[in-house]
Parts: sequence; structure tokens; C-alpha cells
Amino acid sequence: MSACADREPMLHGLLDGELDAANALAIEAHVQVCPGCAAELERLRALSRLVRAPGVAYAAPAGLAARIGADLAKDRPPRPRLGRLAPWGLSGVFATIAATLLLVMLGPGGEVRGIEGEVIAGHVRSLQASHLTDVATSDRHTVKPWFNGKIDFAPPVVDLQAQGFPLAGGRLDYLHGRSVAALVFRRRQHVINLFVWPAKPGETLSSHASQGGYSIAWWTRGGLEFWAVSDIDGAELERFSAAYRQATGAA
Amino acid sequence: MAGRLLIFRRKPAQQGAEAGLSPADQERFRRLVLPHLGAAYNFARFLLRDGPAAEDIVHDAFIRAFNAFPGFRGDNPKAWLFAIVRNLVFSSARAERIRAEVFAPEPAGEGAPAEEDGPEALAIRGSEVQAVRTAIEALPEPFREALVLRELEELSYREVASVTGAPIGTVMSRLSRARQMLAAALSDQEGVRA
Repeated sequence: MSACADREPMLHGLLDGELDAANALAIEAHVQVCPGCAAELERLRALSRLVRAPGVAYAAPAGLAARIGADLAKDRPPRPRLGRLAPWGLSGVFATIAATLLLVMLGPGGEVRGIEGEVIAGHVRSLQASHLTDVATSDRHTVKPWFNGKIDFAPPVVDLQAQGFPLAGGRLDYLHGRSVAALVFRRRQHVINLFVWPAKPGETLSSHASQGGYSIAWWTRGGLEFWAVSDIDGAELERFSAAYRQATGAA
Repeated sequence: MAGRLLIFRRKPAQQGAEAGLSPADQERFRRLVLPHLGAAYNFARFLLRDGPAAEDIVHDAFIRAFNAFPGFRGDNPKAWLFAIVRNLVFSSARAERIRAEVFAPEPAGEGAPAEEDGPEALAIRGSEVQAVRTAIEALPEPFREALVLRELEELSYREVASVTGAPIGTVMSRLSRARQMLAAALSDQEGVRA
């Protein structure tokens, strides 16, 4: 039995996390009742697992990063080596002044407020850029392994459907000076971003705030720092945090 | 992060691509573009099917990206870098073909992937992983490219479209066809289920 020809693009779209909620729902429902499409989806998933198996992607040879880094650190970065190709009009004087670069980190005094701003900015960005999720699925067993190899920590992934906060997917984001995991949950028509990254050793946080119409809640647990942000009201976000902490504590 | 950095400069940065990068831009480049080095290498490696050539292209792409960075206004540095890599790959492939036609009496072989003798290559040769790599490398362009960008580099359809300059519908049909061909190739091989 083969897949319905007119549904095949939707099967790929579902696999690739490219469908909006309505279309995803429609094709998921169809797959439930159509053995041909169900088998095709399973074949596509198996193929995807095979291609994404560790070792298929090539790792850059040792030393390449160092060679590139050394070139870029020169006062005058070299002209492109394959100069005969594709003139990009980028020749010229490279008066880089790396040697005069001086970075001064501000002390921890203003830090939390800074993070709140970054977390809200990250939340807003995720809604604007139509890049809410890199892996869009309510299946936590798909979301969790997706982070493997992308970040050096494992964010606890749970589905809080039963508590009214269904998992919508995950995403890699950049926040607070590092790559972070973003878990995406839904509350009715609202989105909750939960940013996760390793906590500083010994640091314990737990608080909440609201700023510019957004509610934020943050806490540390198991060496990780969690920042939940949404435009739902603070009490509701607190319920979300409690549900997440309870579910991950039990897991 | 950038909001908490104070940067002292001895002289003001010059404007435009003819000038060097300001320290702030250098810092942004290191933060936004450099982390995609491994991904860029994997992409180039599958496009070229040749390790040393991929290294050269990626090295060159980074220098070009670095020099062009003051003009970069997008919000997707990975797709931007990939577009530069791809541009270099295809211009270099064109150059290679022209040179081959002028200087070589015979065209190159049938596109068999280059053998590598590194420890990693030795360890995986003959394995399922190698079978998958070989099958991907045997896919014709532009299907190989679409598959690598989507499955290995996890670019969205929109990002693949932006890197390859193809409409999204074309990206989707290439990807679908690539998967079909790859599944067929792998199911022909012993020990690999697809």
C-alpha cells in the first residue's frame, strides 16, 4: 500500500516541522486512518534517522578552525585565496585594530535585569522571525534527542498537555552569551518560551517578574538555570513553572 | 551580552567593506559566524565530495565572510555563510571543469568519492555510516544539496531556499526526490534498512 500522492508533500512537511498547527493536525489525523501514509511517514522517519546517525556528517579536520582563526586575527586578513573566482569586491585595506580591543565585563550588579531583557527579547524574536521551533513536535522523545550534540547539557523535556501547557517543540537560541535550549509550550493561543542553560556553580535563583506586558519566572535546578517567559499573566506562568518543576522532578 | 561589553577603540572604524572590521564587528563575527565552521565544512564536503577541496573552500569562505561582515544585515548568519560557501563551491567547480577541459585529455572519473586514509575513515569504512555517506554522495545535484542542508544541517525550507536561490516549492520537490532516491539506493545495499 502506498501513500496518497496528494498527501506526500504534507508528510514531508510534517517530518520537517514545516506545517502550521492546522495542517499538522489534519495530516496527523489522516495518518491515523490511512495505513499507506502511515507507512510512508515511518519510512521517511527511518531514513531521516539513518542520515542523521552520528558519524554521517563530516567533522571539520583538526586544525582548520585554528588556521582560519589565525588568519582572521592578523592585522591584515589575507585576500581570499581563490582570488580568480567570484569577484566580491572586497579587496582593500584592513586596518583592523584587534590589538586595541579591550573588553570590560560589568560586574554582576546589573546582571539579572540584563538577563530579563534578553529573555524577553529572545521571546519576542522567536515570535517575529517565524522561527519559533527548530523541531516542532509535541513528542518529548523527539525534542530531547534533537538537542544532543547541539548543546553541552540536556534540558529536561516534558509534555505538560495534561496540565494545559502542551509541548510545541524546541529550538536552539543564543542568549546571555551562549547557545541555550528553548523549549516551546502553548497555553491556549499564547506561547511560552522556556530557556535553559547551565547555572553558575553554587548559584540558586527563584523569582518572577513582569516587564512590559511579559511575565517571567526563573529558577535553578540540577545545575541548570530556567527562564520562562510569556505574555500570559504572572499567576498562570507560575502555574506553568510549578507544573514543569513537578513533572521534571518526578521524571 | 553585547549590551554589557564596553569597547574602547583607539581610532574610529572606517566605513564599508574597504575598511577593516571594527572590534565590535570582529566580536560579533566570532560570536555569530565562527560557530558554524563545522557545519560549513560538512556542507562543502558533501557538495565537493573531496576533503582537502572542502577545507580550502571553507577557509576561503571565512575570509570572504569576515571581510564582507560589515555589510551583513541579515538575521541568519548560518544561511549567509552557507550561501558564500556554495558560491565558492560552484565557481570553483566551474573553474575546475574549464581547466580539466583545456588540460586533461580525459574527463575525470565517474564521481566516485575520494578515499581517505585518516583514522576516522578507516574506522567507518564498510560500516552503515559509510554506506549512508556514499549513498548521499552518489545523489546528483541539486538533490544532494537539498538533502544535506535539510537533514544534516537542519535548515528550514525557507533557509534552504535562501541559500540555494530556489523557490520553496522547488526545494520541497528536490528534497522529496532526494529522499526517494536515497531510500532506493540504501535499500539496494546489504545491511542497511531504509
